[in-house]
Amino acid sequence: MTPQPNALEIADLVMHFGPVRAVDGVSLTIPRGRVTALVGESGSGKSTVGRCVVRLVEPTAGTVRIAGTDVTHLSRRRLRPHRGAVSIVFQDPAASLDPRMLVGEIVAEPLRLAGKRISRRERDARVAPQLERVGLRAEVARRYPHELSGGQRQRVSIARALISEPMLLIADEPTSALDVSVQASVLNLLADLQRDIGFACLFITHDLSAVEYLADDIAVMYLGQLVETGSRERIFARPAHPYTQALLSAAPVADPVRQRHRQPVLLGDDLPSALDPPSGCRFRTRCPLAFDRCATEVPAQTAIGDGMAACHLVRPDGTGPDVRTADPSEVLS
Amino acid sequence: MTTASAPVLEIRDLSVSFPTETGTVSAVDGVSLDLAAGEIVGMVGESGCGKSVTAMSLAGLLPGSARVTGSVRLDGTQLVGARESALRRVRGREIAYIFQEPMTSLNPVLSVGRQIGEVLQVHERMSRRAARARAVELLTLVGIPSAAQRVDSYPHQLSGGMRQRVMIAMAVACGPKVLVADEPTTALDVTVQAGILQVLRDLRDRLGTSVLIITHDLGVIADIADRVVVMYAGRVVERAPADDLFAQPRHRYTAGLLSASPQPGRHAGTDRLTEIPGLVPVLASQPDACTFADRCPAADEQCRAAAPPLEDVGGTDHVAACWHPCATAPTAAQEANR
Repeated sequence: MTPQPNALEIADLVMHFGPVRAVDGVSLTIPRGRVTALVGESGSGKSTVGRCVVRLVEPTAGTVRIAGTDVTHLSRRRLRPHRGAVSIVFQDPAASLDPRMLVGEIVAEPLRLAGKRISRRERDARVAPQLERVGLRAEVARRYPHELSGGQRQRVSIARALISEPMLLIADEPTSALDVSVQASVLNLLADLQRDIGFACLFITHDLSAVEYLADDIAVMYLGQLVETGSRERIFARPAHPYTQALLSAAPVADPVRQRHRQPVLLGDDLPSALDPPSGCRFRTRCPLAFDRCATEVPAQTAIGDGMAACHLVRPDGTGPDVRTADPSEVLS
Repeated sequence: MTTASAPVLEIRDLSVSFPTETGTVSAVDGVSLDLAAGEIVGMVGESGCGKSVTAMSLAGLLPGSARVTGSVRLDGTQLVGARESALRRVRGREIAYIFQEPMTSLNPVLSVGRQIGEVLQVHERMSRRAARARAVELLTLVGIPSAAQRVDSYPHQLSGGMRQRVMIAMAVACGPKVLVADEPTTALDVTVQAGILQVLRDLRDRLGTSVLIITHDLGVIADIADRVVVMYAGRVVERAPADDLFAQPRHRYTAGLLSASPQPGRHAGTDRLTEIPGLVPVLASQPDACTFADRCPAADEQCRAAAPPLEDVGGTDHVAACWHPCATAPTAAQEANR
């Protein structure tokens, strides 16, 4: 028996929009049933990776394999049979649901696009359990998106994404537009569905607390490239790359006593332009620990456990300096 | 950090309602709050809880259709019902604002130096040259590197974090006593957010500015606020020093908010987030009842029959408006810390 292919395999993915090098050589594998969080600041290219995977855009170079099938350059027609294997949920449900369609039509849309001719009755029969699965009553199928709250709309997006029983779900900032209490219900829902159905998930977000809650593995992206990958436990306990360390130290925790004892690593404000990324290590212009070699030599990926870190200072055993404990005068200069 | 001196800003029984096509909407109901000199107060709640309307009403920034009642005293001067000309003298000089999205608040066709200078020319009657020199100082104060060059930049040439620093420089140009920051870091990345919060703290420490920071992010509150006000459906439901509020939330809404956000070290495999069912109501009038009752696990007849007063619930300066406040047992957040 041949081993089952991974849900997603991205190799050396490059996506350039004209002169903008949005994604510049990303390799990432998500085994079946695992949740990988792709984190980074706005402009890091994390959403573009998601858009390449669902082939909303055609990558400039590299390969994207979904369940073993290379979909990188398939035409729209040849892509169609594979569309059901991967779905996407976007940040703003108000913008990603057609206001003129009934919720029932929206949820059933992937079936129609897959070329399945189904009667209205059959459609309703397929939609009802999907709505129930995301915690909505069946009558919601006869409503329009504007009649629903933000949290309910995001549930509709999730129901639509899951009706084709995809092997892989791309969740692009699915909770960022929602209030805290609604975020909790959507995160709970995603966690429940993932556990029950067992799809793999690429969870794209900048919210590190949501990452720790939902992800099995983490990939950290900076200016179009991955700087670190690893298990959730390892990354949160022992981040190796200075950027990952800075990112984790900057996210405030909702506990004033602990928060006041934390010293965020202040990076300069300017994310360099993706038109002309820095030579060598792309993080060097903001890295408190950068030295001569960082400008001249692209750091190799040092293996750490199942993951890696791309930094000259990370030693082969996975240890390295920590920007959080480095000399503050040096860090702040 | 509470001081014995008179508060700089004194809000008493502030209410705001708006007439709409479908009837009146009550946005703020009877909010009272003091802001001491050099104090940072965080105002927290979900969208639609009246946080921003409260903030905007302080200096008369709401549209003319808004009905504002109650009292807002800034250093003794009554602002509710004040003439527009009087308000204009106060805005910028005594109370200044920064908002969520700096790009929409900045003029794209003027250099940042001109925009900061404009405030000084209007309020302080400075010459253009003096205003420019002061603009450079202000940009340095808010942590913009090579301010002497950046003063001639246009907003589009700056990053989001730099633009927000420019907004702060503009807001503090005339040394206001109160700075109202409405979701100042929501549009920014965490690494940039940390820098902006540091600037706000520095201003308080160096200039003694009082800051009212409005946010939905409990991490931001934990980081910067001395005291916290929790708003729900237009009312203050709980007010406490930050440490107390996070350690011992007494109102059920506050407790719900705290346990709805993922705690460090928790994972979906072993742990569920607490949901608050339902939505923030949009109210035509403020009922004589607890407006959180429909979403509250502890609600009973009393909650639906009478509005709970904001009462002392023990601790120092800790008040909550709840008939059945949470027991002072360890919270989930505290247990996670152990």
